[in-house]
Amino acid sequence: MPLTWLILILFALAGLGYVAGRARALRSADGDPRKLHSLPAFYGWNAALSGLMPALVLLALWLFIQPMLIESRISGHVPADLIPDGSSRDLVMSDIRRAAHGLDKAVQTQLISAEAADGLNGDSTDLRALMGQVGIAIGNDIEPRVLAAAQQYRKLDSAAAGWMWIVVITAALIGHGLALKRTHLGFRARNTVERGILALLILAASIAILTTLGIVLSMLFETRNFFTLHSWSDFFFGTTWAPNFRGDSELSFLPLLWGTLYISFIALAVAVPIGLFAAIYLSEYAGKAMRAVAKPLLEILAGIPTIVYGLFALLTVGPMLVNVFGRGEDGLLGVDWMAGATSVLTAGVVMGIMLVPFVSSLSDDIINAVPQSLRDGSFGLGATQSETVRQVVLPAALPGIVGAVLLAASRAIGETMIVVMGAGAIAKFSLNPLESMTTITTRIVSQLTGDTDFASPETLVAFALGLTLFVLTLGLNVLALYIVRTYREQYE
Amino acid sequence: MTDTTQSTPRAGSLFARDARTDRRNAAEKRFRFYGLTAIAIGLVMLITLVTTILVNGVGAFQQSFVTLEVELLEAKLDKAGTRDLEKIKKVSTFGYVPLINAAFDKLAAEAKLENQLSGKNMGAILSKDAAAQLRDYVLANPEKIGQTITFTFLANSRIDGYLKGRVSRESIANDKKISTEQLDLADELRDLGVLKKTFNPDFILGGDASDQRPEAAGIGVSMLGSLFMMLVVLALALPIGVAASIYLEEFAPRNWLTDVIEVNIANLAAVPSIVFGILGLAVFINVLHLPMSAPLVGGMVLTLMTLPTIIISTRAALKAVPPSIRDAALGVGASKMQSVFHHVLPLAAPGILTGTIIGLAQALGETAPLLLIGMVGFVASNAPDSLAAGLMDPNSAMPAQIYEWAKRADPAFYERAWGGIIILLVFLIAMNTVAVILRRRFERRW
Repeated sequence: MPLTWLILILFALAGLGYVAGRARALRSADGDPRKLHSLPAFYGWNAALSGLMPALVLLALWLFIQPMLIESRISGHVPADLIPDGSSRDLVMSDIRRAAHGLDKAVQTQLISAEAADGLNGDSTDLRALMGQVGIAIGNDIEPRVLAAAQQYRKLDSAAAGWMWIVVITAALIGHGLALKRTHLGFRARNTVERGILALLILAASIAILTTLGIVLSMLFETRNFFTLHSWSDFFFGTTWAPNFRGDSELSFLPLLWGTLYISFIALAVAVPIGLFAAIYLSEYAGKAMRAVAKPLLEILAGIPTIVYGLFALLTVGPMLVNVFGRGEDGLLGVDWMAGATSVLTAGVVMGIMLVPFVSSLSDDIINAVPQSLRDGSFGLGATQSETVRQVVLPAALPGIVGAVLLAASRAIGETMIVVMGAGAIAKFSLNPLESMTTITTRIVSQLTGDTDFASPETLVAFALGLTLFVLTLGLNVLALYIVRTYREQYE
Repeated sequence: MTDTTQSTPRAGSLFARDARTDRRNAAEKRFRFYGLTAIAIGLVMLITLVTTILVNGVGAFQQSFVTLEVELLEAKLDKAGTRDLEKIKKVSTFGYVPLINAAFDKLAAEAKLENQLSGKNMGAILSKDAAAQLRDYVLANPEKIGQTITFTFLANSRIDGYLKGRVSRESIANDKKISTEQLDLADELRDLGVLKKTFNPDFILGGDASDQRPEAAGIGVSMLGSLFMMLVVLALALPIGVAASIYLEEFAPRNWLTDVIEVNIANLAAVPSIVFGILGLAVFINVLHLPMSAPLVGGMVLTLMTLPTIIISTRAALKAVPPSIRDAALGVGASKMQSVFHHVLPLAAPGILTGTIIGLAQALGETAPLLLIGMVGFVASNAPDSLAAGLMDPNSAMPAQIYEWAKRADPAFYERAWGGIIILLVFLIAMNTVAVILRRRFERRW
């Protein structure tokens, strides 16, 4: 029976527990709620949650551990000669899994009866047709031993599922029973329930830590696998990126880092002047009406999804730049410097447009935080407004602005969609902004969405790239925070 | 007594302008000019972006259709005359193409068309979907075999491009899929009123089509995928985010563990989105063996991305509730938890809601993590039929679908990508407007 039934039963038991707990508490107080320590509802919640929470935790753990245990059991039974040449234990295991899944589906849709499924042996052509009927595609014929393993898998699976039901429901009943036993008018139900809710709140807050741990561990694990297949010194210090699906690829990080940094540099060169000057004008010179109109309009640029910018780069900015810098005789400048629409300049300019509101709003906050007394002092000495900004306000706001620029750089380095569509796929070290160069994020997408085998170095390199990218952006963010905190002037 | 300084007094009046003052004033004017230019550049870029999107995308909402009277010949479809569905199913889609060609021949004869193309070449101006559409109709209404029914078929993408101005006689010089005679035929049919460009609801409601049929591609199924993902994000991120914020804001002691949690949340807000995609691939798909391309997995990845946003905005909303509310609740005998859940949380609810809607809007536009969990390629073809299927069957999301169309490198698909962007932006504008309206309506000044 499906899992949803079990969860519904658990909730139904919890509901019964609530009613029973509340009634029992009121009965122990002879029907007068004023004699109870807590509100009657808390006794009900105590009874309900004492059964529900342990049962749900047990269920989650069981669902997590059960496949792993079964797989390791079956995997241990698969003899080495069953694994064909060039394949791996994992692939045989996934064949077994698919066959078992197909048999399950066949029994579910009543194509064959359960007994027939258990008794199937050897006749693999029928099996392939059967699988095809339920929508599972099997490539090679199924060996009889693989079929036997699949049938054993199904047996273990259903036995384990049965045990899970029994264990989980017993745990729920024990929990409810214990709680009901403790329910009487002196029992401090509210405190117990609130402690439980606090535990749930702490669990929710620790999901943030769990996420970071998950990110780091998952990438670390696969990166370690990658470095057993490919030398780490070549990855970090080599100079060519040339993946080859036949193996023996050159996978180095430096050309990708160069592309990323070059594009980010151009993006910042576009975004920082425009964003900073816009922020200065809006906070120092603009009137209320202009601020009310211009600021939200600039914020709109921040809310546009990056896929839109990517398409804009590919289909509008790219061809426009080709018209200017390429196309020989027909172009604007009459030169032939740019061949395709994808280039560092295309991606950099569009990324700069995307970062303008980011830099502008951060700088705006920082400039506004500089106290008016500094400006007034400067005006009192006879400076013009621009001299005040240049010589008093900006130096005072400098740590914050540097922090904002570093945050924007971190955003530019991690940006994916704009470079996937606007930059190219060729990894090279070149200073020419009109050539197409690829970046770290582009290669992560291409290596993980390609057709290569998952355990090959070509696919695993994406995890190594991801870990390096994570460390890089984390480092930039920490640096930004450190600079702001150390050099920030604490006014009043 | 102070020493007077030896500097000579300035010659002339303070009110007369000298060269240095002029320079300083000029510098001031230039500075203002730079600031205004920067704002102007920003606004020009915004306007360029919006105009490009509108100009390029509006065409996707209209499609060229051909109205044709097709005789459902019994001799070809149901030779035995028994109307047995199993036998009729045996006629493949290819078997219906001669019917279409015959219909064109009939039209050419009746309307006295000038062009000399054979029925087969005339039939080629229709989408490859046309025969399938005919077959579906016959299988649904077998009793109509033998009659002549009027159908509206999609024209193929080259003809559609011709009607929209994308394709011209010069541009198809090397194109094998269309000939100038077919373009002439299109002109004649357009003058007759048989070939028309009308609003195409299938773009908004239909599913994706293979890369041979850009005219039949729609974003509707991906919209459903996005919807399911947003439901998952709402169901997961809102409770977890609010619970975490309540803990951090109200209950957490000032120790190192709390600091670690807060630093983690701030870091997660700045992690590139592709790293979350890697996390989703490595943990949800490889370890937990959840199905690839499932909106459930996409929703879980987007939840992790939206969590920092919701936590930050919820904490701000909780901070905005004045301490007097909490003290008053404690004063009438509530416990700390009761004061938070019964008094503070309802008052902070509008701010939490606004933050959640903005977080959802950000999640709606995310593409990179979805690409890594498998939402690429031709996945959004059939609409899901139940909630469970909607969550677990492979589907795409609107931004991923747009990226997929852009990758196909066909001008007809580019037009559809721009159209998809218009639809995506309509959703985003709607969500952000709702958030702003809610904020204005429920804002309280304490």
